[in-house]
Amino acid sequence: MDKSDKLVIAGHEFSSRFILGSGKYSMKLIEAAVKYAGAEIITLAVRRANSKEHESILDYIPKGVTLLPNTSGARNAEEAVRIARLARELGCGDFVKIEIMRDTKYLLPDNAETVKATEILAKEGFVVMPYMYPDLNTARDLVNAGAASVMPLASPIGSNKGLSTRDFIQILIDEIDLPIIVDAGIGRPSQACEAMEMGAAAIMSNTALATAGDLPKMADAFRQAIEAGRKAYLSGLGRVLSRGGAPSDTLIGFLHD
Amino acid sequence: MDNNYFVDSVKLSKEALAKKHELETNPAARADIMEYLPGMEKIDSDIASKVLAEVDFYDPDSYKAADVQRALDHTNRTIEDLKALLSPAADAFLEKMAVLSRLETQNHFGNTVYLFTPLYIANYCENYCVYCGFNCYNDIRRMKLDMEQIEHEMKIISESGMEEVLILTGESRSQSSVEYIGEACKLARKYFRMVGVEVYPLNVDEYKYLHECGVDYVTVFQETYDKVRFEKLHLRGHKRVWPYRFDSQERALIGGMRGVAFAALLGLSDFRKDALATALHAYFIQRKYPQAEISLSCPRLRPIINNEKINPLDVHERQLCQILCAYRLFLPFAGITVSSRESKTFRNGIVKIAATKISAGVSTGIGDHESKYTGKSADSAEGDEQFEINDSRSLEKMYEDMSEEGMQPVLNDYIYL
Repeated sequence: MDKSDKLVIAGHEFSSRFILGSGKYSMKLIEAAVKYAGAEIITLAVRRANSKEHESILDYIPKGVTLLPNTSGARNAEEAVRIARLARELGCGDFVKIEIMRDTKYLLPDNAETVKATEILAKEGFVVMPYMYPDLNTARDLVNAGAASVMPLASPIGSNKGLSTRDFIQILIDEIDLPIIVDAGIGRPSQACEAMEMGAAAIMSNTALATAGDLPKMADAFRQAIEAGRKAYLSGLGRVLSRGGAPSDTLIGFLHD
Repeated sequence: MDNNYFVDSVKLSKEALAKKHELETNPAARADIMEYLPGMEKIDSDIASKVLAEVDFYDPDSYKAADVQRALDHTNRTIEDLKALLSPAADAFLEKMAVLSRLETQNHFGNTVYLFTPLYIANYCENYCVYCGFNCYNDIRRMKLDMEQIEHEMKIISESGMEEVLILTGESRSQSSVEYIGEACKLARKYFRMVGVEVYPLNVDEYKYLHECGVDYVTVFQETYDKVRFEKLHLRGHKRVWPYRFDSQERALIGGMRGVAFAALLGLSDFRKDALATALHAYFIQRKYPQAEISLSCPRLRPIINNEKINPLDVHERQLCQILCAYRLFLPFAGITVSSRESKTFRNGIVKIAATKISAGVSTGIGDHESKYTGKSADSAEGDEQFEINDSRSLEKMYEDMSEEGMQPVLNDYIYL
């Protein structure tokens, strides 16, 4: 992979474009994500780190990896802000992924509350990475509110259904100047590859990896898929032929002067 | 076939015995189960009618193999699918149900399993529920812990590493007032990350008060949704009021609680209908309150002090497994708790299929954690258990066993906000 091709989030540079989501975790998963998928950013649910457990998830995170605490459990902007501040107090750094859900069935994000929380936390100096439903107006609001990236969902969390929102994510990629990180619903390496070909800046995934039979192998597959998709995007995808291919005779050959 | 529930204690006075027998034998001596008692808040809710509209006309035997297959093939399962999955016809598909359930559980919860422990702080009860060890006519050692004793118990549990506690009492407002429970919960917040309660049903403002004391989860078991059976099993006390009990979860959510838990006590009535009602109760609540975290329990009847023979009748482990798979396939996002009423082997197996939460280090007695955890004989009195448990593994052992089973034990995943 081209070493100069970096993912840049609020001035922080990363070589890897795979981000490990939270939700399901285990020592093995984190190991595989870092070692084989090359993850340099790992999401951490603050509510789970809020434990005195002897095997706290904080102990699992290898040195040199950037922690991305998330606000899962928050039902509105105010709760998300409180969790973000708590994360800072716990020593998790300044990155924060905003997740606000008021629906326990599909865990769909509340875009309006997410914009509110982004504005407050960006002003407090957080590197804010909001999880959102791919809506262009909301994405623009997030940019104005000071977000460091925009993280649209591909499908509902944990569904492994892939790019259900493909066309709307493409609009965000085309119109928003921040890194678009596709989050939630990516179930296979091929879907990650497709999102990267579309121009996504990075992929966040958890369940696809966590539920794989062979973690290291699946982690490696994701790394390769993401790199392949990125390469294809950078090289400029070939034209897609439509309606029976390109005509050999030009339709405008009759134009003379 | 039914359990023989009635046991007369020799310690009861002549009058008490006469009253007990009258309640047992004369339906006219018993209160109307639909009649609210003074002080009980009535909320405007259509959930019970929605649930009963489905359950009343449910005929489990009318479902065939093709209905079950169709249910299994669906990605989003309907109420009709749930009915098929709970039917006798689904028994032949149990392995398939388990495989699909495991997929759903993994997609929503990964390989995590949450651990918690119950803490009984009082066993006084004003109800006569014929199957329960705490019932007011049962001759057991009664006890109510004071705040010092409660704190002592909490310290011992907390030192074992536990981070989530469920506070329980017998159902007696006069012995265990809301303020008493609230003070206990405030103490619990000092020692635990998450505090839930399983106490008698309360009004909205009382749930609000408990929430302010640090409680975020409320469990109320309906026991049975079958009103005819309910009337014959809960012979006296406020618990007899079926609709007030049914609306508990809704009042708890209006009072600001984050999550609510539901259950029928399997073995009391037609278990297929009760399982259907439990799942639909949770389903309709979640539709009305989409922010609510919902969870299901699946207790089966157990022997009690003075009645060793009580058992769950036709609900064997195979049926229980079918119910839990049906719950998982219909409500993939819901928590499912399996208590220490079930055996070690059942719990080790079911956490890989459908369950997301199990208890450890359990005592259903009062003030006996020190003797149970350390083997040290108790300095003070202890109160008797609500029922006999089946799986007595400590937190440490459970943590170890779950890890060995390839699961990731989780002690906390919660912030009080």
